[in-house]
Amino acid sequence: MASPRPNPLAILTSIRLTVVLLVLSIVLVFTATLDQVHLGVWGVQEKYFRSFFVFSQIAGTSIFVPVFPGGYLLGAALIVNLLAAHAYRFRLSWRKSGIWLTHAGIILLLVAEGISGILQKDNQMRIDVGQTRRYSESFRENELAIIETTHPGYDDVVSVPSELLSESASIQHPKLPFVVRPVAYYPNATLRMRSQVPNAPPGVATAGEGTDIVATPVPVTTKPDEANWPTGYVELVGPEGSIGTFLISTMLLEPETITYQGRTWRLALRAKRDYLPFSITLKKFTHDIYPGTDIPRDFASTILLKSDDGRDDREVRIFMNNPLRYAGRAFYQAGYANNDHTTVLQVVRNPSWRIPYLSCALIVLGLLVQFGIHLFGFFLRRRSGTPQPSPALRPGPAPSPPAP
Amino acid sequence: MRRHFALATLLLALAWVCSTLVPRGNSGGFDLVGFGRLPVLADGRLKPMDTIARTSLLMLQGRQRLAAADGHELAPEEWLLDVLYRPAIADTYRIFRIDNPDVLSLFGLNQGDSAGQVRFSFAQLDSGLSELERQAQLAGPVDAAARTAFQRAVIELYSHLDYYNRLKYAVQTPDRVDLLADMESPARLAADRPSFEAMETFSLLRAIPPAAPSVSIDGWRSAGRSLLDSLSAGAVSPSVGFYAALGVAWRGHQPEAFNTLIQAYRAELSPRFAAALSRCAWEDFFNHAEPFYTSLILYVAAFLLAVISWLKWPAELGRAAFHLMALAFALATAGILTRMWLEGRPPVTNLYSSALFIGWGSVALCLILERINRNAVASSAGSLIGFGTLVIAHNLSLSGDTLEMMRAVLDSNFWLATHVVAVTTGYASTFLAGFLAIIYIVRGVLSRTLDRETADSLARMVYGIVCFATLFSFVGTVLGGIWADQSWGRFWGWDPKENGALIIVLWNAVILHCRWGGLVRQRGLMCLAIFGNIVTAWSWFGTNMLGIGLHSYGFTNAAFQGLIAFVALQLALIALGSVPLQKWRSAALSGAKRAAG
Repeated sequence: MASPRPNPLAILTSIRLTVVLLVLSIVLVFTATLDQVHLGVWGVQEKYFRSFFVFSQIAGTSIFVPVFPGGYLLGAALIVNLLAAHAYRFRLSWRKSGIWLTHAGIILLLVAEGISGILQKDNQMRIDVGQTRRYSESFRENELAIIETTHPGYDDVVSVPSELLSESASIQHPKLPFVVRPVAYYPNATLRMRSQVPNAPPGVATAGEGTDIVATPVPVTTKPDEANWPTGYVELVGPEGSIGTFLISTMLLEPETITYQGRTWRLALRAKRDYLPFSITLKKFTHDIYPGTDIPRDFASTILLKSDDGRDDREVRIFMNNPLRYAGRAFYQAGYANNDHTTVLQVVRNPSWRIPYLSCALIVLGLLVQFGIHLFGFFLRRRSGTPQPSPALRPGPAPSPPAP
Repeated sequence: MRRHFALATLLLALAWVCSTLVPRGNSGGFDLVGFGRLPVLADGRLKPMDTIARTSLLMLQGRQRLAAADGHELAPEEWLLDVLYRPAIADTYRIFRIDNPDVLSLFGLNQGDSAGQVRFSFAQLDSGLSELERQAQLAGPVDAAARTAFQRAVIELYSHLDYYNRLKYAVQTPDRVDLLADMESPARLAADRPSFEAMETFSLLRAIPPAAPSVSIDGWRSAGRSLLDSLSAGAVSPSVGFYAALGVAWRGHQPEAFNTLIQAYRAELSPRFAAALSRCAWEDFFNHAEPFYTSLILYVAAFLLAVISWLKWPAELGRAAFHLMALAFALATAGILTRMWLEGRPPVTNLYSSALFIGWGSVALCLILERINRNAVASSAGSLIGFGTLVIAHNLSLSGDTLEMMRAVLDSNFWLATHVVAVTTGYASTFLAGFLAIIYIVRGVLSRTLDRETADSLARMVYGIVCFATLFSFVGTVLGGIWADQSWGRFWGWDPKENGALIIVLWNAVILHCRWGGLVRQRGLMCLAIFGNIVTAWSWFGTNMLGIGLHSYGFTNAAFQGLIAFVALQLALIALGSVPLQKWRSAALSGAKRAAG
């Protein structure tokens, strides 16, 4: 079957390419599953699925080379292969309707997964009983918040994404009379009081609480039950010179207070926030177990939802398998802490969440139609008593593919 | 003889099945059945004492059968009564299975010390308990996945001994001489507060029902709690009194008193807990009838008959095989339905029930295929899968009661009934395609029995089943995504189990595209389908063994070796199928028609 000069169009539209891409996808998914033990589920998504190539480090160097196509590349190639095959062998017939539907659904599904990879935002909200919150916090992204509290009526917040802190360039902002110069940034670290570490190296911090604390960088953890504690040092530099070098860490409970030129700021490294146009108050949290066991039976948060425009002011019960969908976000009962005194809600923002429903309906319908046609044909032939040669057995060239 | 063989086999099997369904009686003087059917709250559900006894024995020693030191066999209830009321004697029963020689040496024991057995009594282990506890404390903080075989064995044995010791506190403390006599003196009871507190802390069973009739299980208490409550309330619960009196009768070997007590207690309970009592009676009957064990034997017989039918008496033996498979299927159906009724849940709720359902689904498909083709091929594949899944289920049942309560996030009958059933049907059909393909390869290469017609019918079956598997594994995976979207806000989270299901869908798609594109013929189709077994086994068990993700609920180590062996066997079968066609012994495939390459 192999022609001496491969025709690019023939390759692009071939079912052989489909099979190759599917097998590559299987290898990718399988390897990524195994690698979850080391990288965790988020690390794996970045490395394998939300990428065009999977990179591997050459041992002993810091050189990364692409070793395997990534999820974006395979997904895009499958879409191209499918579209090309349908365009090239366009034939509209009832017998092909199932395949058409299935493939349309698959394209939609791949596109939806690509979109949600880009647009989906996963945050969480931790609320104590009786507390009111109006923002959710990112799981993984952090920000350096510089909050001016000079004015009694309002706070003025400048937030710096933590990625900028790991670069050397100073950060300047029109609202600030000083520049922020990143000194060091560790994605994960442990903090201990200086008095408890006998041979501690001299500290980097020159001002604030950080002078009493020793920060030691530790490897990033990917275990689902462990957290990373990003930590770093920033120097605030005014026109007359350094104001001081401060320790910043998500592990510090209280923000650093800085007074400069008669104005007051608070400085904190914290989870990145998404402010909501409404507020949520936790009225009650319940956590039931089966009697005589510690198997959880149900978690539920009863909250008060109040929108800023005053249109909504109602009580909502969020519990397992029953999220609240509101203002483009969905709130799920994700966990609890503090002896059942704090609820943890997962807040998901994904504008494309409806697409998979549609695409899956298309695929299921398509498969039903296609296999239904096969089955119907089988029984029809059986009834009429014609012998049934297995199509796969016909000698000579392969049976014409039921394109595609 | 030959003409009536199928009918005779069926009648014989039916008679045997009926004999297993005869309600059991009491062999000795004690009303053990009556005791076995008493309800008790454990693991969050009301179950009969019989289930407690059987699941405990299965967990501790890997089987339900138990012999005393003098060799006479004990019913599970007898064992439980001894644990509750005569712990010194129960301590001499060899119920702790220890396979690891290093763990044995902690107790100064060797495998030979127990007369060629691997089971030891509590009394034999008593001297080494403190050392075992020390080792367990050392192993405890180690990550479950990183533990050595010795550490795993230490933790397991320690938890078994702990479980056994806790059982002794269910209705009285192990050192109690006569609780009934003590109950007559409030002063003596009050002085015993610490022992009741120990019972409340240690007991895993809540045997004492609430005084008022109630459908909710929240009012059930441990005997220790009830006694503590009675210290302030004054009156001791009649149920506590019943269990104390039962202990006196059992220790004093007074069957009449024992039986009278049981009858009176059941009469006392029945107005308030009629539903619970009848449910427990059913469960006791179900435990005793062991429908899955019966159907396992029937599957073996059906498989042998089906294979022999390819050599001799194809019509008669084939029909007999079909009948036995259908009978085994009916029994398995009844068993699964009973479990569903007892649990109030759809069929698949944990790894154990997924094994039952995969077997059930495959056999159901095989019954249909066999009706269409009548060549004993589907009967052999179906009975083989039925047998294999029941063996797997038995091994999974060793970790405790298989009717578990559902954790909060899984507590949704709608999704259990749709997503889980569809995915499991996908597993079942992918396995079925793989096993049919194995029959094709093994018969074709190693025997002369695979003729053209059978080969073609096998190819049609495998193709049809792969289509079916694609549909169900896809639908199941998608429904899982929708459930995840409803519960956690993401349609797809790249969780290991999700990925496993995705790989099954992709692999089935590969098979279909290879066939549609003419990239494979009959033999290639078979080899691809066998590889589907590996893919499915990985998704079913392998993903759980990673010990990560949302579905890591069934981490077992013996299963890991089993999985490796299974994968190796499948690869060997694919290699066998890749032998050049000239070497195949079945002439229809090796001869002139080489088209199947």
